[in-house]
Amino acid sequence: MENNFLISLLLLIPLIGGFIVIILPKNNLNFIRYFGLFISAAAFVVSMLIFFGFNSAVSDFQFVEKYSWIKNLNISYTVGLDGMSLLLIVLTTFITPLTLISSWSSIQKKVKEFTFFMLMLEVGMLGVFASLDLFLFYIFWEAMLIPMYFIIGIWGGEKRIYATVKFFIYTMFGSLLMLVAIIWLAVYASSALGHFSTDLVELYTAAPTIATEIQNYMFLAFAFSFAIKVPLFPLHTWLPDAHVQAPTAGSVILAGVLLKMGTYGLVRFCLPLFPEASIHFAPLMSVLAIIGIIYGALVAMVQTDMKKLVAYSSVAHLGFVVLGIFAMTEESIQGAIIQMVNHGLSTGALFLLVGFIYERTHTREIADYGGIAKIVPIFSFALMFASLSSIGLPGLNGFIGEFLILLGTFKSPVLDSWWYAVFAASGVIFAAVYLLWMYQRVVFGEVKNQKLYELKDLNKREIFILVPIFVFVVWIGIYPGTFLNISKASTKKVVEQVITPDVLGIK
Amino acid sequence: MTQLIYLTILLPFLGFLINGVFGSKIKNAFPDSIGEKIIGTIGSGVIGLSFLIALFSFFETLALPVEQRQTIVVLFNWLDVAGLNVNFAYQVDQLSLVMALIVTGVGFIIHIYSIGYMHGDTGFWRFFSYLNLFIFAMMNLIMADNFVLLFLGWEGVGLCSYLLIGFWYDRKFEKSTTADAAKKAFIVNRIGDFGFLLGMFLIYLTFNSLNFNEVFSRASSFGVDESVFTFIALFLFIGATGKSAQIPLFVWLPDAMAGPTPVSALIHAATMVTAGVYMVARCSIIFASAPAIMTLVAVIGLLTAIFAATIGLVQNDIKKVLAYSTISQLGYMFLALGVGAFSAGIFHVMTHAFFKALLFLGAGSVIHAMHDEQNIQHYGGLKKYMPYTALTFLTAALAISGIPILSGFFSKDEILWYSFANGGLWYWIIGAFTALLTAFYMFRLYFLTFEGKERFGHEKHPHESPKLMTVPLIVLAVLSIIGGFIGIPEIFSGQHGNLFHSWLEPVFKNANRKLAFYGSHSHFQEILLMVVSVCAASASILFARYVYLKRPSVAVKTSQRFAGIYKILLNKYYVDETYDALVVNPIKKSSESFLWKIADNKIIDGMVNGAASLVNFLSDNIKKMQTGIAQFYAIVMMLGIVVALFWIMLSL
Repeated sequence: MENNFLISLLLLIPLIGGFIVIILPKNNLNFIRYFGLFISAAAFVVSMLIFFGFNSAVSDFQFVEKYSWIKNLNISYTVGLDGMSLLLIVLTTFITPLTLISSWSSIQKKVKEFTFFMLMLEVGMLGVFASLDLFLFYIFWEAMLIPMYFIIGIWGGEKRIYATVKFFIYTMFGSLLMLVAIIWLAVYASSALGHFSTDLVELYTAAPTIATEIQNYMFLAFAFSFAIKVPLFPLHTWLPDAHVQAPTAGSVILAGVLLKMGTYGLVRFCLPLFPEASIHFAPLMSVLAIIGIIYGALVAMVQTDMKKLVAYSSVAHLGFVVLGIFAMTEESIQGAIIQMVNHGLSTGALFLLVGFIYERTHTREIADYGGIAKIVPIFSFALMFASLSSIGLPGLNGFIGEFLILLGTFKSPVLDSWWYAVFAASGVIFAAVYLLWMYQRVVFGEVKNQKLYELKDLNKREIFILVPIFVFVVWIGIYPGTFLNISKASTKKVVEQVITPDVLGIK
Repeated sequence: MTQLIYLTILLPFLGFLINGVFGSKIKNAFPDSIGEKIIGTIGSGVIGLSFLIALFSFFETLALPVEQRQTIVVLFNWLDVAGLNVNFAYQVDQLSLVMALIVTGVGFIIHIYSIGYMHGDTGFWRFFSYLNLFIFAMMNLIMADNFVLLFLGWEGVGLCSYLLIGFWYDRKFEKSTTADAAKKAFIVNRIGDFGFLLGMFLIYLTFNSLNFNEVFSRASSFGVDESVFTFIALFLFIGATGKSAQIPLFVWLPDAMAGPTPVSALIHAATMVTAGVYMVARCSIIFASAPAIMTLVAVIGLLTAIFAATIGLVQNDIKKVLAYSTISQLGYMFLALGVGAFSAGIFHVMTHAFFKALLFLGAGSVIHAMHDEQNIQHYGGLKKYMPYTALTFLTAALAISGIPILSGFFSKDEILWYSFANGGLWYWIIGAFTALLTAFYMFRLYFLTFEGKERFGHEKHPHESPKLMTVPLIVLAVLSIIGGFIGIPEIFSGQHGNLFHSWLEPVFKNANRKLAFYGSHSHFQEILLMVVSVCAASASILFARYVYLKRPSVAVKTSQRFAGIYKILLNKYYVDETYDALVVNPIKKSSESFLWKIADNKIIDGMVNGAASLVNFLSDNIKKMQTGIAQFYAIVMMLGIVVALFWIMLSL
């Protein structure tokens, strides 16, 4: 596997493609659009090659490539993936082309730059999920902020500058702590392994030997940075601003993929590197996650702006994911991983739909709508379908994730109490409240606003974007084995890395 | 045929897809009502086929020896994570077959009726597509061989109920809209589902499986603490109170009447609302192992029965009366379960499906004839305009009142007897009193609607409904009359003469063994109680006749005399208002004015922005030090040196 080049190819396609976009003539908008789509579709094809070449029986990293980079510090370009990162990589390559298509009508100014930044964003996201070297990971983690900063800042709404600066500083602040911790780890490796190292696989063996107290600090430094990204309550206030101001494509990527970098970080780094600290902080993290679930849902319930409502619902959904991770059972972590994918699909679809209708009416206020079921039946159906997926209706994707997470949380030996699952499960009720209430106010009732009669239903392009998402919504709901099997071995490995017999003894 | 049982689930789904995707095209492609006929035929046809398959499976199973009457048909694996392994698999056994026959049989009749009832509605195709989807979900619920798949059906029927209650989504309903009623139903149900979920988690934790066979066999053999059973049963029962509209979660069902009447008949009377009863019966071994919860089930059932019956006494909306009657009858079913008479509970599910569906469809026929008027005070004397409707309605009213040889007599009497034999005298007294109230309000409804003076204006021209609607009424009337004969109590039919009982017996064997009621009650007692309750019901009917037919002024006077009680009953004990004031509004208000506007915007975000402002503020002030005046820098430097010197001297 060593000489496999697929992951680098995956990273290079949008990188090179993005730079080609820059030199394209800027007036031929459609050519730029199709070219961007072509590039992201090519990346998707490569990710499919990886998907089908992946051996799900093995828990080790696969498709690993390692090239020495900064020799003196033993820093290398190391990429590779296991089941968890594979699913997120495929999610990224799947969502990116769809968001590009969705912007064909909504983005009319600076199309070239927009396409460039979107492709750069894709490079950053893929890099984050594929890096097996902490230094490399950090580079991608930070680099990804830049395109997002511009996407919100240039193509965003009225208060875009406030939102994008807030987003940038917030996440940057967290990252710096992580950088300190990465350096500390690398130095620690010099004594433990005999050489300075940022190699993840090496650190997996070295880091758990760190003294408990220091492990706690390390854990906090990493977790803080990830928690901001998730976002975990109470570090979530950048999210509604960023979402509301971002263009639709930005929101979809933000919710669909960017937030998952936080939860991915928790399960990829925090748990296996600092098992004792993870167990130590599991109750705290879980409580914050549960507060997020309930709080996010309650605040979502009373929003008047559709997009903000969906944004707050992300706080609740990601709360489930964090809870699943810190319950540290196979069921719950499997659930958390599939829930990351689910949230990308269902919240992505919700943001797309809100974006579609906003393009027509230029309002996101729930109160401006009502009774559009008869006028735009396809839109109404799609919104219902996406809402039901988000609510966690059995038979659709959301249920699989939430169910596994709650099931695992309930029996978790680390949390060791029913109450976590009891409170978290109450979020199931609230999700129904806020989404159905919004749905009712937007779609049902009488038409009060006469202008709505002129509303046009979804066009072919928009339906084309939604159909693949909905296919996966049903697929994961009915036959989740396809995806659960991919992450099975790696999940098992994470659980074994954290819950060693002596670690449980300490607790 | 049994191996093809999954077709009973797939066919309705197919119907849903065909009508859902092509329905509007079919309707527009054909002139007049031919499109409707095609849609209706597809919708009803798939259910009819499902019924036939269920029927053949039933006879096939009947031919098998008792110990082989359980077959599991596995389609494919659904979830396989760690210890959890559940399939899309359907279990054919005595209990699921009974339920399948009720659901597809009554479902088929109601589908046919709907072709007539929904004629001309713009959403005709949508209606049939939803109705098929409902049968699909309901069949999953009752045929599932594991808890997770049952839950899929459980939530699925909730969704269909939501879609169908809000079917006329642009109409007003009472003080709000149909969409409000739909949302309320879904959310209250979800509160119940929350309990059900926890029940599942605890089952998984305890038995390490969620498949019925494994769980139930482990439940009867493992040495599990009674307290664990108590919690499992409690959680599951919370789920049942939501779905089956029991205290305290019954509030959604009366509002559910906002949906079209066939929906009320199918979902909110005959099938979906009995899902809770089915689930408790399915888990009989778990409940039987938790005696405290058994008592709770019986008590909640009993209280709900009488509570809803009292409200039913004074309601004036024809569907509301029937809705409260349904809640009350469901209470009976839970009473039966709670005293360990599981098969009696299921028996009542069946007979109730017949006569309550009939009552609702009859009400639909009346509403149809009266141009959407639902107030029984504005009816009267309709018998001569719609004889079939009146006669069949009367049959159902007699059946629900428990008049001998009609189906309701056998099932209700069995419940009352077990409530006495396994429960106690008080159970029986309250149960029998409820039966008396039932007969009264049911005949109040009948007399006010079909007999007496006409109290409607001349602009209304009531007429009998078309055959598509009356034939289903007649079929259900026949079933309401003879449906009880398969469950004649052993006192009349001899040992093992109760066919229904013997058929279901193996399913509840373990639970019954655990409960072990060896009550020695004489035949005399049983007959005496039966006679008393029949007499009470008959007297009650006559009394209703006297009040509402002979001396209408009595009713008015009574309501004025007891104005306070009347008002409380009319307003349904103000339960909705109480919930609103205590739960709904506080959550909404505090979420909006505190959580969002203060906690999120001011406190949390305030701290974030505050930190930013603080940095701004500090740097603004610090930058003022950069004055560019050399003398100032010199003074600062001097001060610094002095401080440093002091520091060194002091630390020496």
